[in-house]
Amino acid sequence: MSGFAKPLKIALGLAVIAALIVVPMNFNRYGLFILSQWAVMTIAAMGLNLTLGYAGQVSLAQGAFVGIGAYAAAIMTTHGWPLPAAIVVAIVLSFAVGWVLGYPALRVQHHYLAFVTLAFSTLAFLVFRNESWLTGGIYGISNIPRPHIFGLATNKPLPFYYVCLGSLAIVSLAVWWLIRSPWGRAFMALRENPLRAQSLGVDTRRYTLMAFAIGSALGGVAGALYAPLTQYIDPVPFNLSLSLDLLMMVIVGGAGFYFGPFLGAMIAVLLPEWLRFTEGYYLMLYAVAVMLLLIWSPTGILGILDRYMAARRTRAASALRAVAKSRLETAQ
Amino acid sequence: MSNLFDLLVAGLATGAIYALVAVGFTLLWQTSQTINFAQGEFVMLPAFLMLAAMHVGAPFWLAIILGILLSMILLGLAFKLLLVDPMMRHGVLPLAIATMALAIGIKEAVKQFFSAEASPFPSIVPTGDISVLGHAVSLQSIGVLVVAILAVFGLTTLLNRTSLGHQMQAAAQNPTVARIIGVPVERMILLTFLINAFLVALASLLITPIYLAKFSSGEVLGQAAFIAAIVGGFNQVRGAIAGGLLIGVLDNLAAAYVSTQYRAAVPLIFLIVVILFRPQGLLGRAEERTV
Repeated sequence: MSGFAKPLKIALGLAVIAALIVVPMNFNRYGLFILSQWAVMTIAAMGLNLTLGYAGQVSLAQGAFVGIGAYAAAIMTTHGWPLPAAIVVAIVLSFAVGWVLGYPALRVQHHYLAFVTLAFSTLAFLVFRNESWLTGGIYGISNIPRPHIFGLATNKPLPFYYVCLGSLAIVSLAVWWLIRSPWGRAFMALRENPLRAQSLGVDTRRYTLMAFAIGSALGGVAGALYAPLTQYIDPVPFNLSLSLDLLMMVIVGGAGFYFGPFLGAMIAVLLPEWLRFTEGYYLMLYAVAVMLLLIWSPTGILGILDRYMAARRTRAASALRAVAKSRLETAQ
Repeated sequence: MSNLFDLLVAGLATGAIYALVAVGFTLLWQTSQTINFAQGEFVMLPAFLMLAAMHVGAPFWLAIILGILLSMILLGLAFKLLLVDPMMRHGVLPLAIATMALAIGIKEAVKQFFSAEASPFPSIVPTGDISVLGHAVSLQSIGVLVVAILAVFGLTTLLNRTSLGHQMQAAAQNPTVARIIGVPVERMILLTFLINAFLVALASLLITPIYLAKFSSGEVLGQAAFIAAIVGGFNQVRGAIAGGLLIGVLDNLAAAYVSTQYRAAVPLIFLIVVILFRPQGLLGRAEERTV
């Protein structure tokens, strides 16, 4: 992305933000629901991007943390607690569980870690389904209220969309800050070469656990917003396929790129909707599109852009060199 | 006691099917570092190919042959050439994600072109019970066990007793050296994909009469085979066989003695314990550390 001039980038960013605020104003109920879902899934995918894309720890459990956050929010708000309190609890709970899930990562890596987290994801689903005294079992929890923010009710789809968008903005800023902080650099050191990071004095143990805990906490935030968005939750949306979908979002968008999750969530949430005119074929086309994209560019959409920019920079640099060389020759 | 005996037989029968699927899974991993998340769907699809052949009028035996051939073309040849080959050099993760997308694609295709409902599937073994050591044991369990054991026996003979098998093992263990001494590595990798396709088609033929043919049935199967492969040892064929049998028995015992609600949790917890304390699997060799 660094190929654009800076003012151009800022202008583009502002235009996108303005469009996200203004354009949905005359969307119907369903359009707003889909867009809110995009914001929520982007938050969850950003968390996974921290764990996977920046710190290099494969996790197939992000969906379980969305579930933990959603159940925390659903149980608390239906018992009269305000949503912000529920979000805090969701963050703390997911952070703690994510920290514990990070321990296997200290022992095993790569595909083994993927399988441990996969097993955890299915175990979490079983708990959601079977502990009906807490989670309502297969009947789920209904009538989840939407919050009042500064005294304003957000029952209607549009105000709640702004709640989701605002939360996305806050999370985006926090993540932006995090990956530029020494922590973010430590995460990347962990991904690139854990042995070297350790020999340079990075406490790899602590940062591995942190990468899991923070990524999971963002999954919890997404879940805490998902519950009031749908206003009804049951265990089904939080099964293994959500974890796989989130992983797909991160990879398709571009793992380790800041804007990867935004694009990945857009493709995973919006593309099936745009393909809906094809009726029963839409998920099939989606699957084919993802496979073709990954064959073309295994580093995702932003990987294509990154390569294009790199090629352009190289061309520009060699053009400059050629000019400099010819000047040198004429001067002689 | 008789209850325990029945559970063990039933567990071994499902375990033998898991073992077939898990063996294919480890073969793909060994020769091409493919973690096939669509392996469960690979088991689900051949049954539908056979049903489709029967719909157009083929008798059952011909449908089986056609189904196995079609699976080897689609799930062996096409899978390798169209998806694995272009992605192999990019590392494990993008390919694993691509197989997840493939799993969605296969599921949706079956749902769309065939049926969203569960369809009955004829059994190759006659139904009924026979008496073994004074216990009534279903013929189906015994048939499944016999076919699975024959398949596994055939495969291990191929791998360990024939020149072709030795070439395959060489290609899996050290492709560079294998190439130097003249092993056609590419052809060997293709062969493992064809063997995997054959094994999943066989597993499909054995398990579908028990659980019916349904587009979503691959999810549970894939996960069971997955767990079996890792528990037994990711880099060993005999590990996958042992893992399959173990998971099959464990699953059946858990359903009877733990609780039906949490039966699925027992193999998962077992998996986590094995990975944490013996990551190479019960029978596996440790992999070298890659820096």
